[in-house]
Amino acid sequence: MFKRINIRISGLGGQGAVTAAHLLAMAANNAGLYSISNPFFGAEKRMAPAESYVRIGVERIYDRGELVYPDVVMIFHPQVITMQKSYTAPFYDGIKENGLVIINTSADLLNEEDHKRLSDLNVSVFNHDATKLALEIGKTELSTNMAMLGACAGVTKIVGLEALDVALQERFGKRYVASGGTATLDQAITKKYAKKAQLLQANMDTITKSFELAEEWTEKNKPALANVAAGVAKSF
Amino acid sequence: MNKPVESPNRVIKSQHVKLGTKNKMDQTYTDINTMFYDAERTPSFMTGSEVIRQAIKVASVGTSVAYPITPQSEAAALIGELYSEGYLDEYFRGESEFAVMGQCAGAAFGGHRVFTTTAGPGTLRAMENFPMWAGSRLPIQVCVTMRGVNSPLSIQPDTLEASYLLETGMLMWHAETAQDLYDFILKGFIVAEQPDVHIPIATMCDGFFVTHTKDTVMLPPEDLCLTPYDPYKSPVPCMDMECPPIRMMRDPFIMKSNYISYSTHASWQQEVRAAVERSRKHTIPLLDGLIDVENIDREILLVSSGTAVSQGREAIRLLEEEGIKVGLVKIKTIRPFPHEEIREATKRAKHIFVPEFNMAGWLAREIKAVVPDNERVIAGPHVAGGMTMPSEVIVEEIKKYLGIKVASNR
Repeated sequence: MFKRINIRISGLGGQGAVTAAHLLAMAANNAGLYSISNPFFGAEKRMAPAESYVRIGVERIYDRGELVYPDVVMIFHPQVITMQKSYTAPFYDGIKENGLVIINTSADLLNEEDHKRLSDLNVSVFNHDATKLALEIGKTELSTNMAMLGACAGVTKIVGLEALDVALQERFGKRYVASGGTATLDQAITKKYAKKAQLLQANMDTITKSFELAEEWTEKNKPALANVAAGVAKSF
Repeated sequence: MNKPVESPNRVIKSQHVKLGTKNKMDQTYTDINTMFYDAERTPSFMTGSEVIRQAIKVASVGTSVAYPITPQSEAAALIGELYSEGYLDEYFRGESEFAVMGQCAGAAFGGHRVFTTTAGPGTLRAMENFPMWAGSRLPIQVCVTMRGVNSPLSIQPDTLEASYLLETGMLMWHAETAQDLYDFILKGFIVAEQPDVHIPIATMCDGFFVTHTKDTVMLPPEDLCLTPYDPYKSPVPCMDMECPPIRMMRDPFIMKSNYISYSTHASWQQEVRAAVERSRKHTIPLLDGLIDVENIDREILLVSSGTAVSQGREAIRLLEEEGIKVGLVKIKTIRPFPHEEIREATKRAKHIFVPEFNMAGWLAREIKAVVPDNERVIAGPHVAGGMTMPSEVIVEEIKKYLGIKVASNR
């Protein structure tokens, strides 16, 4: 029975790994689940390693901080793997049995040893070209985080599209004060669209498409975490 | 001195403004008992930094001085937003943390309720001001979002800085969660400003684990607010070099070098410490005691404060699955230190583990100093420098100590 899912997101500064974690937690919270999200990063710098963590469960969660034993690892940028820009080495260190790795990449980035270790743990690897999807649908690579969110939700069904939509409205629909770096990026993305509604729609479209692709992949590859949380969250 | 004090009426009410009247932001001045215990609270999902803003929004703060300390906490910037909306009377940036704390003193001398935030190296840079605030009996509140202090530089959580504040004469409350932080900030003003207390308070939380973490908090309506600080309730006249706690001669106090000047100083330090202890009778009813306890009849106890308590709660769940039963003591106030409460809560325990987010284990030292048979106290596990303390680490520490073999493969 589903009790808790722990998600570790490794990305690079500026990619929205922190925002993605908060959105996922907000969506789960909206859906009536318990959730906690928190980021870990150094002084804010673009392209520097940045991680964030989401814990979602059916009972109150106390645990916080760096996720050492994740069920799901999401890699937002190939450099996390190729240039070892993760907080753990290898990037999947600590992953639990029957876990899931989602990598934003167009090519297989793992070596033979990685494949062996992950398959010994029955961990599935989903190579998902999130940036390509973001450019196609969101028209900006800044939507990569949305595509990754959609992929995670699509495989695990930890939250539905409606809950993600509500979270998106909450985060981007109103004035949001954050640190200087985040504020600058928020501005940059808002400028790309004539209206905020368009930004929200483009993000949601990216999430939805990615969600569908992830469902297809899940159907074909049958990962251990497939639809693990389906039906757990209360529906809207 | 350390016995719990009964207090039928929770706190002394302010008569400074008429309850039920509105401030310029259309918020109603509300009796704090109503605000904390009767007003309906609704859930919000936000970060600790946002929670600080929400608390200050209803705290009737006069002045806040900011030194930008992002990425540690956005709170100072968020309070700036509140100022621009009209919620505070004064808000400005100091040129350094040291300057900020001095400027806070000025505003408090002037009769304002004062709030500021700091973290890690900033706290240490400002250090001289904290005992100065306490000695001057200024009820300033500083929210300390704790982070590493030593080189190499870290912006991650580490509670070592709290150990530097232990003997400053300030009240020190350590929040476990964003909810604690919200409540502590508002209740902290009330306790710190009581005439028989009237000293500064550090409301502390662990950086990142609270400041950057989104969690559910229950908040009272935003159209209620605390009654403002009443400067005429100050137990001392405005003090400076010219006006010490007792007047000796024409010359400033500091110019003296004789027995009575030393004696004055010594007795004043005692008085500040006595004020810390007197805060108990206001704090106990407001925080429902200085500690929280769960299952303290068990042989093994986890005793800690802040995020370490949260990690302990998860560890207790994990141990429970394996049939190992562990109780919990959460320490909410570091100053006043709950000596008597901890002695009582731990009297049946055979093993007292103190998990901490710092290298020194200062909390374990404090506990060892007050419990009998203190070889029962195991200082650890420790993490430091920004490391996380997975609950599995606490589980391992306990099992290792008990001589239970720990499986290498989780």
